[in-house]
Amino acid sequence: MSTATLPSSPPSRSRGGLRAPGWPRAALFTLLGVAFSAALSIAVRAAYGYDPTVDSESIVIIGMIATPLFFLVGLGAFDYWFYWAAGRPTRPEDHSSHGAHSWKDYFKVNTDHKVIGIQYVVTSFFFMLIGGLLAMLVRAELAAPGSQFVDPNTYNGLFSVHASLMIFLFIIPVFAGLANYVIPLMIGAPDMAFPRLNALSFWMLPVAGVMMTASFLAPGGSFSTGWTAYAPLSTEVPIGQLFFSIGVQFAGASSIATALNFLVTIITMRAPGMTFWRMPLLVWANFSTSLLVVIATPFVAASQFFVLFDHALGFNFFVPERGGDVLMYQHVFWFYSHPAVYIMMLPGFGIISEILAVKARKPIFGYRMMAFSLLAIVLLGFTVWAHHMFVSGMQSWIRIPMMVTTAIIAVPTGIKIFSWLATLWRGVLRVDTPMLFALGFLTMFTLGGISGVVLAIVPVDIAVSDTYFVVAHIHYVLYGGSMFTIFAGVYYWFPKMTGRMYHEGLGKLHFWSTFIAFNATFAPMHLIGVKGMPRRIADYPEQFAGWNLAISLASFMLGVSTLIFVYNMVASWRGGARASANPWRALTLEWQVSSPPPIFNFDRVPTVVGGPYQYGTPGAVHGTFQPAGDEAARPAAVPASGGG
Amino acid sequence: MDEEPGGAGGDDRGHLWQLLAIGAVASAIGIALALAIDWWPTLASEEGAKIDTLYDVLLIVSVPVFVLVVVVVLYCVWRFRMRPGQENLDGPPMHGNTRLEILWTALPAVLLVALCTYAYVVLDDIEDAKGEAPMNVRVVGEQFAWTFFYENPDGGEEISSNRLYLPVDTSVLFHVQSKDVLHDFYVPAFRLKIDAVPGITTNFKATTTDEPGVYDVVCAELCGLGHAVMRQTANVMPQAEYDRWLSEQAAGGGGPVGTGEEPAEGGGADGKAVFTSTETGCGQCHTLEDAGTGGTVGPDLGESLAGKDEAYIRRAIVDPNADVPSGFQPGIMPGNYEDTLTPEEVDALVTYLAGVSE
Repeated sequence: MSTATLPSSPPSRSRGGLRAPGWPRAALFTLLGVAFSAALSIAVRAAYGYDPTVDSESIVIIGMIATPLFFLVGLGAFDYWFYWAAGRPTRPEDHSSHGAHSWKDYFKVNTDHKVIGIQYVVTSFFFMLIGGLLAMLVRAELAAPGSQFVDPNTYNGLFSVHASLMIFLFIIPVFAGLANYVIPLMIGAPDMAFPRLNALSFWMLPVAGVMMTASFLAPGGSFSTGWTAYAPLSTEVPIGQLFFSIGVQFAGASSIATALNFLVTIITMRAPGMTFWRMPLLVWANFSTSLLVVIATPFVAASQFFVLFDHALGFNFFVPERGGDVLMYQHVFWFYSHPAVYIMMLPGFGIISEILAVKARKPIFGYRMMAFSLLAIVLLGFTVWAHHMFVSGMQSWIRIPMMVTTAIIAVPTGIKIFSWLATLWRGVLRVDTPMLFALGFLTMFTLGGISGVVLAIVPVDIAVSDTYFVVAHIHYVLYGGSMFTIFAGVYYWFPKMTGRMYHEGLGKLHFWSTFIAFNATFAPMHLIGVKGMPRRIADYPEQFAGWNLAISLASFMLGVSTLIFVYNMVASWRGGARASANPWRALTLEWQVSSPPPIFNFDRVPTVVGGPYQYGTPGAVHGTFQPAGDEAARPAAVPASGGG
Repeated sequence: MDEEPGGAGGDDRGHLWQLLAIGAVASAIGIALALAIDWWPTLASEEGAKIDTLYDVLLIVSVPVFVLVVVVVLYCVWRFRMRPGQENLDGPPMHGNTRLEILWTALPAVLLVALCTYAYVVLDDIEDAKGEAPMNVRVVGEQFAWTFFYENPDGGEEISSNRLYLPVDTSVLFHVQSKDVLHDFYVPAFRLKIDAVPGITTNFKATTTDEPGVYDVVCAELCGLGHAVMRQTANVMPQAEYDRWLSEQAAGGGGPVGTGEEPAEGGGADGKAVFTSTETGCGQCHTLEDAGTGGTVGPDLGESLAGKDEAYIRRAIVDPNADVPSGFQPGIMPGNYEDTLTPEEVDALVTYLAGVSE
């Protein structure tokens, strides 16, 4: 998919030119992939005697699957395994692709979790900006009734690609990126369990993102059936749809591989003394999320393969006259996509727990219940998918149990909200940018959770499902929820990841402008939804004109507020004040090493001697770097880790 | 602990009472505001009235939850914010409180189960046919139009209409089907909707109130390019008027009733009126300068019909996929106009379009 436009960097191995892994070889292999796809398509069509023998649509479909694999091989993501499989000499302790010495190292297959974490975060914010731009175009079209500047096909494409990028290329991977950076540090490990798999996971992501974005270039326009891609509409629209079907396979594979990596890392690579009940809640949160990803993601892959096969190969999964079953798509799709909302929220819960404890200078209230409630959400999350289908025409009895489980999932979520509030109680609150976003999250996510309970109530859902009320709900959960936690986390770990401090004034300006514009944009959507404005419409009746204009204006403010964040990040990374090792006086292990951390994280293996949030207990520490056996003595050597 | 944090005396009980008082007042204001909002569109079904009440109950229960969270956050920022000189101060090492944690697990659980029980009662109530055999209407969705089919009182072929006519104060069972992709039959005034699913028939029951009125019928499930313009109308009318319409239809004549779109005198319908009416919706997808429409889903008829004869135009209306102008996809324009328009209306439309295309 991508072509090499970036300058190549000196090869890390002795071979040079096109034989060494890197962008020139990736470009060559991409061309080979295109040639292979064309040859395969033409050969098969000739063998079957199909007319015409050269069919561009067929070549594009095969190309979308094969070319990214060629590209990844060319880039070097598989080199080590190929050498090993071929019996050629490999060096397991070869760390030449570890760490970043210049910006060019971020454009290579790198096995350092800290480099990969930054690659993830920057890439996903890149696609967030594209997705946000698409949202601006959506709101511009909706600013007035009638057709403004895009035709309905383009409009349907705008919101479909917006949602797909935000979900599959931003929220899910940005959390994976933050966790990639932080978790090995937090548990006292030198890296992730499978660094080469980690690198491959990352590089599948730009493939998926470029594919989804490039769908606008497809004949007939981009995919236009929403991120839900409901069949049979999705099997009948032009080829742009398959850019989603296949793009999701790469994003999903990346997601699954990363989740396995997290699970193995967390289970096997914790530092001495780091029992499960001493793990920071961010680690618990990503442990829970990874369980969800590993179990659920294959279902979305399957649902999109069904669409691909119906669309491209004439299968009849969704053709009722041929024994197909239209509702089956929705069941398989939501069996992933409901857990997916927790995949997009649990890591954020972890981030909030870290920030609130540090910024309120208090232990997390009810630590064990916080961990148990995560696991309860994982379990319950698999029992609620059909609440997306209350008006789908499925068998009616299933609505009642799904309503009850959906409402009950608010209980573990409520435990978390109340515990966070109790953590704030009588603390000494540092109300800086990460804390503002954390507090903004607490209030806005509560509102999103409440509208979720309203939607769970079947009779009300029958009235308001598929309206703007749902659009309001998901944006309160994913923007006021996930997005706020992402901002909080990026500000919080920015000093650790870059070795620089962000600009606090700009951070606060970013928070307030975002918080106000966010509410002005999405709160009125509750009302116009209940009033009966369906979602996903390019045009609407006159009665909704006033509110839509107000919403569009507020959304442009929201867009501008994001630029403040981008400027702050770029400017601070280039020229911010140097960050100390532990600017927040936090106890967790990632703050006990330099900012940014040494290439293998810990020069000495840490020993964990207590819980992660012992704020308020004078002299308490979470981990020490003393030789084991000496841990009874509280070291004064760990700077600024004690309480007041 | 060497020192009380927070600078406010650290009196937990005092803080709590103060907080509860603020929370109670704020919740009362919040509930009053939430109930004062005019949330819903016009109500036209008995089922809808019960859903509206349920929604009010949900507001009364949920607004205080949101308000309390906001109040606690703001209160903590107000009272427990770090003040100058407290840079090295920590809060008290409180790790939890089992009784409190059990309370905030059990209380929401009980509340949610109670709400679900109430919702179940409402659902059962609105879906119960109450013995009386309801009237049947078959609703067929296709890209991008609804067609409504009625049992013929004379026992003949089903009566079809592109406008939904219903008598007042009647239970109606809708049998919803789709010819192509998913649609969703949604009448906001009824508060009810159900997907139209290819291959199966879905249902819902609505009971009209005794007020006649005209309401929107929309598609709520993304169905393709013309999804937004798949909007039609429901006419709820007095029983006698409805009966007259039905018998006229059964006799094989008559156009739309009560819409001011009666067939023109002299045996021919007004082609321009047919083109611009919300029932055919031609102008919602097609630009036609003479009719003053600006839809962009389908071709601009000023271009695509230029110089075409009446036979071509007639085929383009009744069999739209026979020849689709380049740049547009087949299967987008509904193929049901021969059924939903009278022959006179089709004739008038053809004459009109041929006239403006010369």
